[in-house]
Amino acid sequence: MSESSGQVAKGGVVTDLVTDWGEDKEVFKVHWGKAMMWIFLLSDTFIFTSFLTGYMKVRTSATLPWPNASEIFALSFGGEPIPLILIAIMTFVLISSSGTMALAVNYGYRRDRKKTAILMFITAAFGVVFVSMQAFEWTKLIVEEGIRPWGNPFGAPQFGACFFMITGFHGAHVSGGVIYLTYVAIGVLNGRYEKKGYDIVEIVGLYWHFVDLVWVFIFAFFYLW
Amino acid sequence: MSASDTGHQEHPLSIYLWIWVLLFVLSTFSYLVDYFQFQGALRWNLIIIFMMLKAGFIVSIFMHMTWERVTLISAILVPPLCLLVLIILMSIEGKYTHSQRATFFGLDEAPVVEHHGKKEH
Repeated sequence: MSESSGQVAKGGVVTDLVTDWGEDKEVFKVHWGKAMMWIFLLSDTFIFTSFLTGYMKVRTSATLPWPNASEIFALSFGGEPIPLILIAIMTFVLISSSGTMALAVNYGYRRDRKKTAILMFITAAFGVVFVSMQAFEWTKLIVEEGIRPWGNPFGAPQFGACFFMITGFHGAHVSGGVIYLTYVAIGVLNGRYEKKGYDIVEIVGLYWHFVDLVWVFIFAFFYLW
Repeated sequence: MSASDTGHQEHPLSIYLWIWVLLFVLSTFSYLVDYFQFQGALRWNLIIIFMMLKAGFIVSIFMHMTWERVTLISAILVPPLCLLVLIILMSIEGKYTHSQRATFFGLDEAPVVEHHGKKEH
């Protein structure tokens, strides 16, 4: 594995920590934008964990039965409804986008502008597909199933509030990511980062992978629980 | 020397492709947990294991955490540990609220509703 941060000394864990924090220079030896993106993602982790924890609290204290996600999110293609199939497809779409993003970061550092931009556009396209499927899911839930933030025909009224808040916030992140990706991809194509370097692609990548990461937790706790 | 000369994350493509495949496989497994309607402790363990593996691979490989310095890793991964306190407190609180509601609404055996497939509609 080639690590090109050549001028940074690599000691033991404690030595690294002490020197990085104590040597009166910048602490994080990475591109400043990357450090800032990580700190933003840390704050976002707190937001999403608070949402999911709130959901856990509301769900464990509900006295009415919690609606069965497996059935509500089932979809039938002409025959028997397949449980949770839409959510599974959405998961695969998001993972595919994570893969293309990881490749984009790689080609970015190789300064292959065309491949980087194309992979980023593909990533953004997957994001659009994901958000569209979510819009379809919301429409189905609101119009056909009659689920509202304050109640639903299946049981615990808190279901709608949790669902719309958590998936809505995540969907907003995906939509924001699509805009961010498109903006940077156009820049890559135009050579906007030739002088500044292609760290920006890795920074966008961090954001995008984080969105995928949050979905992993939403999938496990909201849909599979 | 510009700042962008340090800390580049360049790794062989094959790593990403392998992790990509692995994430697909793990997602399929999590989906199958629901498809085959595993219940109880088995369901929970499988869900959590697949979730943690997926999250771990995304953070360590796709987000390059494995190759970062300890300073950055600890700055990002240590603070979320205090969220564990929140989760533990709220899970206690949730059970308490449920028991209070059960008393108030006069449900003798308050049905703890958390399992799949128990309810038909």
